[in-house]
This record gives sequence, C-alpha cells and structure tokens, in this order.
Amino acid sequence: MLSVAIQNSGTTLVKGARATQSTIFLKILMAASGTIFIGFVLVHMYGNLRAFWGHDAYDAYAEGLRTFGTPDLPYGGLLWIIRAVLVISLVVHVYCAATLWRRAKRARTIQYQVKKHTGAIFASRLMRWGGVTLLVFIVWHLLEFTVGKINVAGGATNDPYNLVVDSFNTWWLTLIYLVAMAMLGAHLHHGIWSATQTLGLTGSERSRTLAKRSAFVLAVVIAGGFSLVPIFVLAGVITK
Amino acid sequence: MKLTLKIWRQPDAATAGSMHTYDVDDVSGDMSFLEMLDVLNEQLNAKGEEPIAFDSDCREGICGMCGLMINGEAHGPVTTTTCQLHMRSFSDGDTITIEPWRSTAFPVVKDLVVDRGAFDRIIQQGGYISVNTGSAPEAHSVQVPKEAADRAFDVATCIGCGACVAACPNGSASLFMGAKITHLGELPQGQAERDSRVVNMVAQHDHEGFGGCTNIGECTAACPKEIPLDVISQLNRDLRTAIKHGH
Amino acid sequence: MTDMPDTTLTSHPSIDVPLEVDTDDAVDYYTPGAPISDTKAPDGPIDQRWSTRKFEARLVNPANRRKLSVIIVGTGLAGASAAATLGEAGYVVKSFCYQDSPRRAHSIAAQGGINAAKNYKEDGDSVHRLFYDTVKGGDYRSRESNVYRLAEVSTNIIDQCVAQGVPFAREYGGLLDNRSFGGVQVSRTFYARGQTGQQLLIGAYQALERQVHAGTVETFTRHEMLEVIVVDDGAGQSRARGIIARDMVTGEIQTHLADVVVLASGGYGNVFYLSTNAMGCNVTAAWRAHRKGAYMANPCYTQIHPTCIPVSGAHQSKLTLMSESLRNDGRIWVPKNKADCAKDPREIPEADRDYYLERIYPSFGNLVPRDIASRAAKYQCDDGRGVGPEVDGVRRGVYLDFADAIGRLGQEAVEEKYGNLFDMYARITGENPYEVPMRIYPAVHYVMGGLWVDYDLQSSIPGLFVTGEANFSDHGANRLGASALMQGLADGYFVLPHTIRDYLADGPFEKVEETHPAVVAARESVEKRIEHFLTVGGTRSVDSYHRELGHIMWEYCGMERTEDGLKKAIEEIRSLKDEFNRNLKVLGSADSLNQSLEKAGRVADFFELGELMCIDALNRRESCGGHFRAESQTDDGEALRHDDQYAYAAAWEFGGEGEKPILHKEDLVYTAIEMKQRSYK
Ligand SMILES: Cc1cc2nc3c(=O)[nH]c(=O)nc-3n(C[C@H](O)[C@H](O)[C@H](O)COP(=O)(O)OP(=O)(O)OC[C@H]3O[C@@H](n4cnc5c(N)ncnc54)[C@H](O)[C@@H]3O)c2cc1C
Ligand code: HEM
Ligand code: HEM
Ligand code: SF4
Ligand code: F3S
Ligand code: FES
Repeated sequence: MLSVAIQNSGTTLVKGARATQSTIFLKILMAASGTIFIGFVLVHMYGNLRAFWGHDAYDAYAEGLRTFGTPDLPYGGLLWIIRAVLVISLVVHVYCAATLWRRAKRARTIQYQVKKHTGAIFASRLMRWGGVTLLVFIVWHLLEFTVGKINVAGGATNDPYNLVVDSFNTWWLTLIYLVAMAMLGAHLHHGIWSATQTLGLTGSERSRTLAKRSAFVLAVVIAGGFSLVPIFVLAGVITK
Repeated sequence: MKLTLKIWRQPDAATAGSMHTYDVDDVSGDMSFLEMLDVLNEQLNAKGEEPIAFDSDCREGICGMCGLMINGEAHGPVTTTTCQLHMRSFSDGDTITIEPWRSTAFPVVKDLVVDRGAFDRIIQQGGYISVNTGSAPEAHSVQVPKEAADRAFDVATCIGCGACVAACPNGSASLFMGAKITHLGELPQGQAERDSRVVNMVAQHDHEGFGGCTNIGECTAACPKEIPLDVISQLNRDLRTAIKHGH
Repeated sequence: MTDMPDTTLTSHPSIDVPLEVDTDDAVDYYTPGAPISDTKAPDGPIDQRWSTRKFEARLVNPANRRKLSVIIVGTGLAGASAAATLGEAGYVVKSFCYQDSPRRAHSIAAQGGINAAKNYKEDGDSVHRLFYDTVKGGDYRSRESNVYRLAEVSTNIIDQCVAQGVPFAREYGGLLDNRSFGGVQVSRTFYARGQTGQQLLIGAYQALERQVHAGTVETFTRHEMLEVIVVDDGAGQSRARGIIARDMVTGEIQTHLADVVVLASGGYGNVFYLSTNAMGCNVTAAWRAHRKGAYMANPCYTQIHPTCIPVSGAHQSKLTLMSESLRNDGRIWVPKNKADCAKDPREIPEADRDYYLERIYPSFGNLVPRDIASRAAKYQCDDGRGVGPEVDGVRRGVYLDFADAIGRLGQEAVEEKYGNLFDMYARITGENPYEVPMRIYPAVHYVMGGLWVDYDLQSSIPGLFVTGEANFSDHGANRLGASALMQGLADGYFVLPHTIRDYLADGPFEKVEETHPAVVAARESVEKRIEHFLTVGGTRSVDSYHRELGHIMWEYCGMERTEDGLKKAIEEIRSLKDEFNRNLKVLGSADSLNQSLEKAGRVADFFELGELMCIDALNRRESCGGHFRAESQTDDGEALRHDDQYAYAAAWEFGGEGEKPILHKEDLVYTAIEMKQRSYK
C-alpha cells in the first residue's frame, strides 16, 4: 500500500520526493479516518441515547437505519455503505497508526534513563495503547451486538433494545464498557485536537486554544453520552 | 553546593556507552551548567581521567551548539539553552542525570556530543530562497506587512539545537522543520518555492529517520526559543496544499 | 536605538606636536623590514576605484570555473557568503568550520545591526557619509579605498539579504526600519530585533546549503584547519595551494588541495581568555598562515565593549555582551567611598555616588564612545571603587542604574524598551535589575587587527585570500558599531568574488600531488605538533594556561597599555609559554574527538600571537581608536594620536622560530578625507 521511507541512511539526500509518501500524509489519512469515526460515534451515541425513550423508540431507530433511503437504496443499504466506509477507515487508521508507531520506535532506539513529559497531556501518550484497546473493544462489541449477537444474560438476541438491557444488567460487562469509554474519551481528547493540527487548522494561538477546548468538550460529551445507557441500565432506570 | 552527577559516557559512535557517577563540590549558583561541567573536567583531568566531551560554542544561547538532557528535560528545567542554565536552579545535594540527545538521526559522537548533520541536510532540501548573489532587486521593491515580517522573525529565531527532537516522544523534527517552513512561507519572497520546499524537506526528514509528529507538544515546551506549535500546523497545511497542487 | 552623539571634530593642533624623536619602545623586539604598499587599489577618484578594479579584474569563462577549486575556511558571514557566491558562479568549493554546522559560526552572536548607506530616512546619509564616518571611527588608521568600497557595496547587501528572506524589522507600511547606532547621527542600521547577526548568518547559511544541494559546495564540519600548504609553482612563485585539516571526530589528518585558499576564520579576541567571543574562536588558521609568510597587520588593535556582564568568579568561561543601547537611559556610577563598595547600592545615598562619566564628560555623559567608557570604568575599579564580587581580590564592576529612568518613564516603558536585556541579565546574575542597579564591566569584543591583505583581499602569500574579521582591512584602529557584519558580507558577497577571479584567471594551476615535499612537510608538522601535545605529560590543563595568558593580556595589553607593562607582559608570556611546552597535560588520544587537544593547539598559537600583539602595541607609541598608550595622552587624559609618525598600518612578517618579527610599514594616504583629532569634552 503506502510506503514511507524508513531509514537512517546518513548523508544521502532524497531525490524525487512525493508528498504522498511522507509521514505527514499518513497523518492526514489518520485525521481523515478519525474524523469519520467522530461523525459515526456522534450519530451512534444519539441512537443509543434513544434507549431513554424506551424500547420502541430505540428499535425504531435501528430499523430506521436499515430502511433509510428505500426504495432507492435496498433494505439495509445505507448501513452497508456506512459499514464499508467504517471498515476502510479503520484499516487505513490502524495501518497508519502502526506505521508511525514503528517509525517512532526506530527514531529512538536508546531510551532515556530519566524522561519528564513537559508540555504533553497524558492522553497524548495513551494514543497508541488506547487505540489498541479501542480496537479490541470494537471487535468484542461487534461480536456482541452485530456479528455474533451474544447475550451474556442468555436471553434473546434478536431485539436490540432487550439485548442492550440484558447486557448492561451484567455488572462486569458494564465495567468493561465504562473502561472502554474512558479510553475513547482520552483518545478523542487528544485525537480531535491532533486532527485539527494535522489538517493545519490551528495557525494561531487562539485557534489552537479553541481546538484544544473543543476536543476536550467533545471527548467528554461522547464518552459521557455513551456511558449513560450502561449506567442507567445497571442502576435499574432503563429496563425491559 | 555539592552535587552528584550521573553522566552518559561513550568513547565513540561504535562503542557502547554507560552511565557514570561523579561528585563535584564547590559549585556556585552563579556558574552556568557548562561551567559546572568545566569544573568537573578540570578535576577529572587532574585525576588522570579523560574529560567529558560536550558541545558548546557561544555560551550565550544563540549558536545552538550546546544541548544536554538534564534530569529528563532537554536543556534542563528552565526555558533556555543549556549554556544559559545556571546552577542556582539546583540545590545542594541534588543528583543530576545528564544524557545526550537520543535520536537515531542524531548519532552519538562521543559522551554527550551528538551529530546533528541531519538538520543541515533538511535545509539543503529547500530551506532557502533561491536567489543568486547580485540578482536581488532593490530591497524596497517588495513591501512585507509588518505582521508577516514579525511572525517570520519570531520563528526564524530557531537555533537548530535539536532540543525539540530530543524531547519529542516520537523523535520528530517537525518543530524545527515547521519553523523554517513558516519563516520562509510568511514572506512574499518565499512563495515561488513553497510547495517543493515542504515536500522535499519533509522527505529528507523522514529519510533521516526522524519520527512522525503526533502533536504531543513536548517539543515546544523544550524549545529554548519558544517556537510555537502552530509552525507544525503550518507545515502540515503547506504539505496538504502541495498535494493539492499535485506534488 | 543608541543615540550616541557624534564625535565633535576639531582640527587639533597637538597632532603635529612631534614626539621625542627616537623613542622606539619596541626596538629590541623586532627587525625593520621594507615598507610595503597596496598595489592593487587603482588610483583616480575614490568613487570610481572599485568600478575600475572590477572592470580590470580578468574574467574566468564559465566552462573553466568547473576546473577551478576553492577552499574556504570559515562559515561566518564572510565565509558562508563567499562560499555560496563562488558556488553559484560554478567554482568547486570546499567549505570548512570547526562547529558541527556552518550555521553556528560566531557571526550568529551579533546583536545590534548592520549598516548600509540606503538613506531610506532621507536624513542626509550617503555612501560618502558612511565612508567618512567609518574612517573617522577608525581614527584614521584604515585604508580609504577599502572603506569607500565597503560603503559602496553596503546597499547591495541589504537587497541581497531581503531577497534571501532575512526578516529585518519593518515599519507598519511594510518598508524596512532603521535605527541610528554607535555614535552616528543618521539612521542607517538595519536590524532584526536583537538578533541581526543570527538572521544574516542564517541567510548566508541557507544560500550555502542551497549550493551544497546543487553540488557546487562541499561542507566539512567539525574540521579544523591546522596548516596552510604553500607550494612553489615552478616559476619561482610560491602559492597557497591547500590546507591540512583535522577531522575532529575521527582525528584523521586530511590534506585538501585547491587552486586558491580563502581564510574567513574570524577574530582572535579569545587570546584574552575572557571575551564576548565563542569558546572556539581562535587564531590558528590565521596564525598558521602567518608562520608561512602572511603578514599580520595591527594585531594590537582590540575593541573593548563597555557594557558586558562582569566576571562573577574564577570559574567564568566567557563574558556576555549587553546592548550598548542601555547607556541611553542607564546612569553609570560607583561609590565615592571605598567603604561603600560592598554595600547594597540602594543604601548608598545620592551624595555618596560618583556619576563619573557625567562628571568628567559633562556634554556626552554616559554616551561617550566605547573606549572612553571602558577605560573610565577600569580606572574606577583599579582605584578600588569597583562593585560586585571580588575576583582575585578586585571588584570589577560599575553600576548601571535605571532607577532614574524607571522613575521618569515608569517601569513599563523601561520594560518595553529593554525587557529582554533585563531578563538576560537576571538569568545570568540572579539579580533583578528593576530593583538593584545592574553591574557592568568592559570586555574584549572585536579585533580590528588581522592578516594583512591588499585591495583584492589577498594576503602576502599569493593565492591566500582573507575576508571578514580575520583580515585587518577596513576598520582601522576602531570599528563602528554595526560595521563588522557589513564588512563580512561585503567581502563575501561582493568583493572577493570579483577579485578572486583575477587570480584564478591564471589557473588551473599545475596539479599538486599529496606526495609533494611541501605537502608532506605541512602534514608532518601537524602530526608532530599533535604528538607533542599528547606526550608532554605534565600536570597543568590547557584551560589553566589559557586563563593565565588571558590574564596577562588583559592586564598589560587591554584597555590601557604602557611601555613597562608591555615589556613585562612579553617576558611573562615567554616564560608561561615555556612552561606550557614542558608541563601541559592533555589526556585522551589523537584519533577521536578530543576537546583538550583542540584547545591545546589553539592556546599554543595564542601564546605566539599574544607576544606579537604586545610588540605591536609597544611599537605604536600613540593612542588611537581602541589602542591607548598611557604615554600618549593630552594633559586632561585624552587619547593622543601621532599622525606624523604612526599613520601607517604595521604589517608583521614572521621572522622564523625564535626570531624577531619583521615590521613592514604601509603608509596610509588620505586623498578624500582630512585627518582630524577627536574630542569628547
Ligand atoms: C557578541 C558580539 C556581538 C556583535 N555585534 C555586532 C553588531 O551588532 N554589528 C556588527 O557589525 N558586528 C558585531 N559583532 C562583530 C561581528 O559579529 C563579527 O566581527 C563578525 O561576525 C565576524 O564574522 P566572520 O565571518 O569574519 O567570522 P566568524 O563568524 O567568527 O566565523 C569564523 C568561522 O571560521 C571558522 N574557523 C575558525 N577557525 C577555524 C579553523 N582553524 N579551522 C576551521 N574553521 C575555522 C569557524 O568555524 C567559523 O565558521 C559582534 C561580535 C560579538 C562577539
Ligand atoms: C474507532 C474509534 C477511533 C476513533 C474515533 C479514532 C480517532 C482518532 C483521531 C481523531 C485521531 C487523530 C488523528 C490525527 O492525529 O490527526 C486518532 C489518532 C490516532 N488513533 Fe485513533 N481512532 C479510533 C480508533 C483507533 C484504533 C482502533 C486505533 C488502533 C490502533 C487508533 C490509533 C490511533 C493512533 C495511534 C493515533 C495517532 C495518535 C495521534 O494522532 O496523536 N485509533 N484517532
Ligand atoms: C455504551 C455504548 C454502546 C452501546 C450501547 C452500543 C450499542 C450498539 C448496538 C446495539 C449495536 C447494534 C446496532 C444494530 O445492529 O443496529 C451497535 C453497533 C455498532 N457499534 Fe456500538 N454501542 C456502544 C458503543 C460503541 C462505540 C464506542 C463504538 C466505536 C468506537 C461502537 C461501534 C459500533 C459499531 C462499529 C457497530 C456496528 C454498526 C453496524 O455495522 O451495524 N459502539 N452498537
Ligand atoms: S525548534 Fe526550538 S528546540 Fe527545535 S531546533 Fe529550533 S530552537 Fe531548538
Ligand atoms: S513533541 Fe513530537 S509529536 Fe509533534 S508536537 Fe512535538 S514533534
Ligand atoms: S553554546 Fe551556543 S547556544 Fe549554548
């Protein structure tokens, strides 16, 4: 796919450089795919929150996703488009992350005995392992809710609302989700700011502060928004 | 003051190095950090031990030659160069860990001295405006808005010390590169080569083995000249524009 | 910024007062040589000489340039600009510096600005006025043709730098800003905040790196030139044909051969150990050339800057300059009573303070020229009224007080004007200058002396050209503020490229093999020297010798020089040098990075230079510019020049190991300007 020169070949000068073979291009791809994810999670979060409206509202939303655009699109058409975009984005995002990770490892092979992290927010150093955690979470999440339809409570799996309620009535599953949402929050806290910077939208002190603030707010809103349903299910507010 | 120093010693690039511990006393707060090392070196020389190699030249914070990792911070705890760090920033009895810049693109030459030739090679790839001597038009033929000139100056103050690379968890030289891209990109004279400049400089940067930037921001915190992070934003934007223009 | 008043000029009758005729203080120390003259400068009206020379200098056809090779030692303003320009022209250029990157040459430290006769302010400036100010500033000890040329090309420099992207300060309309600087009444100093040297050097460095990319220039960083190779060309002419350099990382001794060699190796102020120069500044390149036959001219002319941060202790490794502009608003004083020197200055009542500059020079006050301000401070401290910490039993510092200015303008206004200087002061001294007066003391800053060159910038060795601070040519006995940067870039961008082609038109010269006896001998002498330093096996470090040498130089060949002092200095230098050769201790090996070894070579050369500086100072029994002989002053203590006897440049030839140097005099002839004596009272 993409090949970014990774070498420290000393004194040679590069000839015939292409912008699309640079680390920055990888970053732009990450920012682009990340932005798609943000869009997705926002919509997904909205869908989830409909659980507060009750069983029917929630399922209607899931059904609505599938009937959207019919008859121009086949049943579930939009969903498949979304899925395709998401899968491609994920592959790109993860591929770029892995490549940059490998580069960074090679860029410093001897570590400092003592290193302070001045000027960095904690979330920024959590990006890579946080990303891996998110990947694992997504796999599990898809197995649970989409592909495998696992109901840990042993109940039916054909009704999304009931599946959700059953799942989060299980305390440890809720816990896993809350941890995952913390990770997501952290990833977005740095990721959103980072994407604006990568896309070159932060050309001044002011826009930089704005980007950092909005990143924080969005991260809290998304992580918090997702966490509400599991918490309220476990607390017994949302029931079948 | 009496201090304990843990210092990286390495005979040359090919031989592995290790940390050594030294004691120095009679350190006064008025000494610069490098003068403190001078004192240590005098003591070592007297004892028959080879002095510790470290780089410095101007010792007034402008040439960019000095640079040490001091207790995990590039140039130490104050926002300035190593040569302008004074011992009054430390207290009696402190233990100070001193290491060279760590970056694959900056191989260790000896002890605390590293090779920053990669920076020169990045500049060779376009960190200039192509104008031959004698072909320049009258200086007042092009006006440059004061804001642009000031901003160009602000980022042109980069001294090429490499602290940004040393501090960056990814070993990226984006701040250094961004400073040059922004300096030249702010000026009307720098427009003609804007696209090729960024593409070629970034390619050399990657080729040298520096890491990619993930916008962590430790570089700017370590930078003695306080080059702001928006130069990296500018760098990214210029690259994006170059892609748009088909480079 | 600095609005230092112009020197009032009066035709001073005492100029012609003859000295007691046969006072030649240095008679025992040198051998008289034949007078010399600069044969390359064309005659005719001064404003046409440079055009004439450019026209007469022969051309080299572009196809031949690829066959001609140039070695340039130094990447400061003078070296980098020359390398870039000659590279653009198509010559094969090798560029050397001892730092790890060309961008770190000490030109980077220049703060104030660069002069150019652009007359953008329409305040009466012109090429002629810049010429006039520079000759006058140099106390009529420079060559008028050179200075005129310098003023002439100054305007091109600004055009060139702007085109390269040097971010000079601008006005709101987008045009370049200027300020007046260093005692002149016109605004002709272009600046980039307090970092002009840095920005100019980065411009030249970038132009140089562009040529590296183009393949015309090859850079050798961390390479130190240790010898020049002079070869007889078969026709009885000896020519500089290359250098011996040491790769400072591997220790390899390398031979580099070329058709012509350019030295742009900067100044030697570090002979004083403590100076505002960088740690690595040295005389080695120039001194090695001197030993091979290049004349050293006016080595005693040293510029001492009054506003530096004083020495704080024996550990001090260098001194830091603070902009002279501070004298515009700060008031300089010392306690009247010695007993008060250790007191908190704020507790010393007004009545017990001596504002000595305001007292002695009522009309110029704190704004007297650099040398006068420096000397006055020295007198106060020698008199036991200095302030600050005692170093070696003496307090060397005077107060520079902003209390009045803060009272008058408010702290904010002072901060606005001098904030970064105050911060720098606070960082270095740990004191808050808004509350406690600053302490300042003079420090060596620049050397006007250097290798003798003709109008073409060629030394007395054919094929060896010298540019920038390393040559002696343009500043006479004193340099105006903001003129060194101008000279470095003038030499490198606009002068050398023209004059060197006249020399290269005779090339390519016969190929020299590495086995040529002169090459082998040069190489072996370098190897022997290195071997020597490593095997003395004594007990004292290089630094300790350097510090002691510096002390001698500063005491006796610093701000004020006397016959007795200089003679004493020569004795002390000789005996210290002797000890150096027997008792030096350099550890480590020759085949790796060895910073003590590098220093040993430089200090060894400083010993020889220091001695020659003292001899030159001894010979010149007059006071001019930065050179003040106590024996030559007016009744009220002002510098007194003797144009009848000393209106010459002293070009010293190396007399041989252990032999006396040979003095060649080059008479200074002024046709476009009249000599005058200065007065500041
Ligand atoms: C603190 C300070 C402030 C100043 N401010 C001003 C100012 O405001 N305006 C002004 O006009 N002037 C100023 N000056 C003076 C001016 O900066 C210098 O005179 C000028 O920059 C000298 O330039 P150069 O190119 O001749 O030498 P440098 O810039 O000193 O360069 C010397 C070069 O030679 C190389 N070199 C030396 N020896 C060897 C060797 N043996 N082998 C290999 N390479 C060698 C070095 O590596 C370096 O590249 C200031 C000077 C100082 C110290
Ligand atoms: C599906 C949810 C995910 C979202 C919403 C998301 C979002 C983002 C965003 C917006 C960025 C910033 C891009 C930029 O710096 O310009 C980013 C960066 C990153 N993401 Fe993700 N990502 C997700 C999943 C993952 C996964 C599964 C990984 C796993 C490997 C990952 C790893 C990274 C890494 C390493 C970065 C770069 C770090 C940085 O820019 O600071 N992400 N992500
Ligand atoms: C508490 C939080 C969450 C709940 C309750 C939840 C619930 C669900 C449910 C019920 C489905 C199935 C929808 C359907 O089939 O119609 C689903 C699908 C999905 N969820 Fe979540 N989800 C949560 C968080 C997340 C997060 C944080 C992500 C991503 C980072 C995510 C990514 C996905 C994906 C990719 C799908 C598959 C969409 C599809 O292709 O059908 N979910 N989720
Ligand atoms: S950007 Fe800052 S830290 Fe990096 S090289 Fe330049 S001055 Fe040093
Ligand atoms: S710390 Fe490194 S990741 Fe980027 S923002 Fe600075 S270069
Ligand atoms: S030695 Fe020049 S910046 Fe520190």
